[in-house]
Amino acid sequence: MSTATVVQDRKPSTGGVNRTFLWIEIKRMLRNRRTIIFTVFMPAVFFFIFGLSNKDKLLPNGHSYGQYILISLTVYAAMTAATGAGSQVAVERAQGWSRQLRLTPLLPGAYIAVKAMAALTLSLLAVVAQFVIGALAGVTMDAQTWLTAGLVAWLGSLVFAALGLFVGYLMPSQNVMQILGPALAILAMLGGLFMPIEIMGETFGNIAKFTPAYGIGQLARSPITGEFDWAWIVNVVIWLVIFVAGAAMAFRRDTKRV
Amino acid sequence: MRTGSVPAVHAAGLHKSFGKVHAVRGLDLTVQPGEVVAFLGPNGAGKTTTIDMILGLSAPDQGSVSIFGHTPRGAIARGQVAAVMQTGGLLRDISVRETVQLNAAMFDSSRPVDEVLARAGILEIADRRVEKCSGGQQQRLRFAMALVSDPGLLILDEPTTGMDVAGRRDFWTAIRTDAQRGRTVIFATHYLEEADAYADRIVLVRQGSIVADGTAAQIKNLASGRTVKASLAATEQGLLAGMPPVESMEYDGGRLTVRTGDSDAVVRYLLNNTGAHDVEVAANNLEEAFVALTGDDAAPESTSITFEGDLV
Repeated sequence: MSTATVVQDRKPSTGGVNRTFLWIEIKRMLRNRRTIIFTVFMPAVFFFIFGLSNKDKLLPNGHSYGQYILISLTVYAAMTAATGAGSQVAVERAQGWSRQLRLTPLLPGAYIAVKAMAALTLSLLAVVAQFVIGALAGVTMDAQTWLTAGLVAWLGSLVFAALGLFVGYLMPSQNVMQILGPALAILAMLGGLFMPIEIMGETFGNIAKFTPAYGIGQLARSPITGEFDWAWIVNVVIWLVIFVAGAAMAFRRDTKRV
Repeated sequence: MRTGSVPAVHAAGLHKSFGKVHAVRGLDLTVQPGEVVAFLGPNGAGKTTTIDMILGLSAPDQGSVSIFGHTPRGAIARGQVAAVMQTGGLLRDISVRETVQLNAAMFDSSRPVDEVLARAGILEIADRRVEKCSGGQQQRLRFAMALVSDPGLLILDEPTTGMDVAGRRDFWTAIRTDAQRGRTVIFATHYLEEADAYADRIVLVRQGSIVADGTAAQIKNLASGRTVKASLAATEQGLLAGMPPVESMEYDGGRLTVRTGDSDAVVRYLLNNTGAHDVEVAANNLEEAFVALTGDDAAPESTSITFEGDLV
């Protein structure tokens, strides 16, 4: 028989993160019109509806309406983008792609890492788009504020990338964003992204402090409010841990069953 | 069969249950490098469950699997095994070329993407979106993905389900051409003709265990032969030693059942040399043998036929 039948032993592939994978993931997201609508257009429309007419007024809590709304909606845009990107695993599971990947050397951790990186790419796009729209609409802030608020909104979206993965592994639905979309809007409202906590009333105001968008929103706005509270960081960390643990658990359950 | 070579697949004592359904019941299978093996059985015989265990997609309740001496995961990491699954496993929103690029990127070393596309016969549709490809094209794309790591073992799970006749023929031509280069191929099918036309060796499975295992020619011989039945006194059993060569012989409660390719010789011997009476001769065809061997009402212990020897 030919030498081809003599199978030489080979070295195992490392199965780590690779650039081709990340690049194709990013291309897929950018091609998805629905994703772009949810992450770029919807928050922009919200800004024009809620922010633009009042941008030079002051809020009851004494801050610039325009700055406050812009930063809050940027956090909302970033969290929607990251959740949407993470939740795409539901579609990939439905299409049998996750199973196919198990026939390659790719390590589960590397898959999650690429998903997180792709989610961060999309949320970065959301942050930049929102800031450009805000700046064009005449919102002014100093460079330090743009940068700090942008970074917090962007990196904070990692919490929601984990939420997207969690729900994506939990639910079989291809339309997982139709459920997550309204849920995110509620979380954004409770987290003070659509209106200041102070005007929500005492009961809702207290509930708000324990919801996942609250900490990121407060931190992102801290350059304009001049306030800081360690409890906000604790809020972000706790929700990140909850969603990552949930995603890991759901992932393990998923690979066992398939 | 080469001695001392590591088998492409060595599965021993595989068991797998799903709730009360005992899908795979003590399955043993050894496949040598270079063999093209058909895993033939009706739907629900446990073919896919077995393939999932061979590939490490599910863990056996009992038993073990090695591929070229490695665990399934170890063989996958080394690019030594790849599979073409029945359905799914493709992203709809990327192109044919991107799909193969993506798969190739998971391996530290892989074949050039265009070479693999050409070998699967889909180079000319490389820029087409996966969702726009026909079922046959998607199946050849799965084949192309399986080729990127240049695996020593290729496993196909009912690869032509849902394809039309022409698509099926093209697909098998590609597989067959590839197998001539020395790749080991195991394919599951419930089409007799596919097993007959494309495999060197056929493994018949029924209700989670192997009921017959031999070269395509041997299985065909078995199938095209005849069954001779006769009543014979228990005291005359010793005379059966002088029978012409037969494929199988059973004696149970005064009744003799012989499977043979030469029923004339068997009947002549029985009538001339023994007190056999009530002789019946029945012809088998491929279809009947398949049904007899794999049908749900066949008694498990009555039909286990293994051909020893020239399996390569």
